Amino acid sequence: MSGNDAVVEGAIRAGVDCYFGYPITPQNEIIAGMAARLLPLGRVFLQSESELAAISMVHGAAAAGKRAMTTSSSPGVSLMQEGISYLAGSRLPAVIVNIQRGGPGLGNIAPAQGDYFQATRGGGNGDYRTIVLAPDSAQEMLDFTFQAFDLADQYRSPVIVLSDGRLGQMMEPVELRDPPARKRVEKPWALTGAKGRDAFFVCSLRLPVPELAEHNRVLDKVFREIERREPRAEAYRTDDARLVFTAYGACARLCREAVDLLRDEGLKAGLLRPITLWPFPHKKLLASLKKAKTLVVTELSYGQMLEDVRLAVEGRVPIEFLGYAGGEAPSIKELVALGRKLLKKSNRKKASKGKRR
Amino acid sequence: MIAKEKKVFARSPVLTPKITHYCPGCGHGVVHRLVAEAIEHYGIRERTICVAPVGCSVLIYKYIDVDMSEAAHGRAPAVATGIKRARPDLFVMTYQGDGDLAAIGTAEIIHAANRGENISVIFVNNAVYGMTGGQMAPTTILGQKTTTTPTGRSENEGPPIKVCEMLGTMDAPSYIARVTVDKPAAVRKAKQAIITAFGRQLDNKGFSLVEILSPCPTYWRLPPVKAVKRIEEWMVHTFPLGVYKDKEAANA
Repeated sequence: MSGNDAVVEGAIRAGVDCYFGYPITPQNEIIAGMAARLLPLGRVFLQSESELAAISMVHGAAAAGKRAMTTSSSPGVSLMQEGISYLAGSRLPAVIVNIQRGGPGLGNIAPAQGDYFQATRGGGNGDYRTIVLAPDSAQEMLDFTFQAFDLADQYRSPVIVLSDGRLGQMMEPVELRDPPARKRVEKPWALTGAKGRDAFFVCSLRLPVPELAEHNRVLDKVFREIERREPRAEAYRTDDARLVFTAYGACARLCREAVDLLRDEGLKAGLLRPITLWPFPHKKLLASLKKAKTLVVTELSYGQMLEDVRLAVEGRVPIEFLGYAGGEAPSIKELVALGRKLLKKSNRKKASKGKRR
Repeated sequence: MIAKEKKVFARSPVLTPKITHYCPGCGHGVVHRLVAEAIEHYGIRERTICVAPVGCSVLIYKYIDVDMSEAAHGRAPAVATGIKRARPDLFVMTYQGDGDLAAIGTAEIIHAANRGENISVIFVNNAVYGMTGGQMAPTTILGQKTTTTPTGRSENEGPPIKVCEMLGTMDAPSYIARVTVDKPAAVRKAKQAIITAFGRQLDNKGFSLVEILSPCPTYWRLPPVKAVKRIEEWMVHTFPLGVYKDKEAANA
């Protein structure tokens, strides 16, 4: 099945109660799939009048204690930033899937990774973060969509699944399974009508300075806890790697193949693939660099994740960057050639150092 | 002999005893009371969710004692849609001002109405942005001076938008009415309209909206008594009172 269809499957398996969305390419299989699957199950599906409305409908359903989600693609997700900020401020769990396309503006409908900053830096107004999961296969589109609901509920926070048009449209085998689930949490804060209790106000609004300051402290505590507990990354053949590629999503698949080809030539290459883009897996990245002389960052943008990598590495190893945008991507041949050149250069250095001694 | 005392008026238990932040002569206090009394009338306090707007009545949660959700500016009908679809057994209403509903939230109110969303909307029209300090509203009347129309609203901004007339053309809404709160008799009529609107949702008849013409003495730059008189002298000519859609009457 396609990655987009896998998102639908993951959401259904996670028990999504309510889906609201607005058509945009290249995520239209998801909204159509949700309509086809949810309505016969008696769950809520509604096509909204805009992305602004879709995310606000998600807000309402989440405030009522339901598992709610929306999906969109880059320009649509930009419109949703208002609502995502309100969800974060109101501490409401929700899942947002972004099937990224080329930008800025209307850009095109080709795959891209230009929304990294928007996803990992909060995106909307105010001081907040959202957990960002980056799948690299149709299987992970299913698994991460499923897991996003658990994470959202546990931390009472919007969670973003950041994918792209290539993964969304690509067809590959998917095991229809329930990934490991967390314990379902109670939602005693949900709006149910003030029966036998004081009335609740689910809000981000806190006009007095001490109240908002305290709210920001509480949010920060949650973000720090997420940073401690939730970073995820896949380390592939990095144990003895002298050259480590770092890439996420579709780009990581290309790097993985390049690593195998370089290994076939006897060259020690590896891949560190961040799975959570926020929290960024700093420690896992550093651990993969024990033997590394060079780090190659490649992404479908002109250097967004690159900034997080630089912050993590702090100059310990030289970083080479390979960026593409507008729907272009590096070829495996190009990655192998770059890896070969860099590895041979570092070998030559080692050899010449030996001679001088 | 002194006649036995008779209680003729009391604060609705759905209203909190808090003193409001509204300016003297503002209509929001009266409208809050009518909403609370209508909730009390149906005995639905414990299953009501109100969606608060952005604007002067952003603090409504302090005064009406029901579960509340926030919404971004203009998005209350979309948030209410989310709640109602998630929990059709609850009574869901929005409380919105003119900037919220008729400018930034135009798309949300039109589409909620057009879907016949089973929610109730209280729309307070005072022809000005109050919370931000008296700027032109989508419902500001031609000639009316505001901080952003210092010589009066003109063809530069175009005429005010008429929400009831617009929504009244749609097939789906059950009840659309415009009332005011400038006189005791009008307040009683307004309460009846709100009760009718809420009843439509409780009977699963779909979307209802009551627009209430309400005075804003502060940004009309008038003393409260004159501001109230101004509704009849000035506002109802642009916004005629009446029922703009009543599906039940049409069906009867």
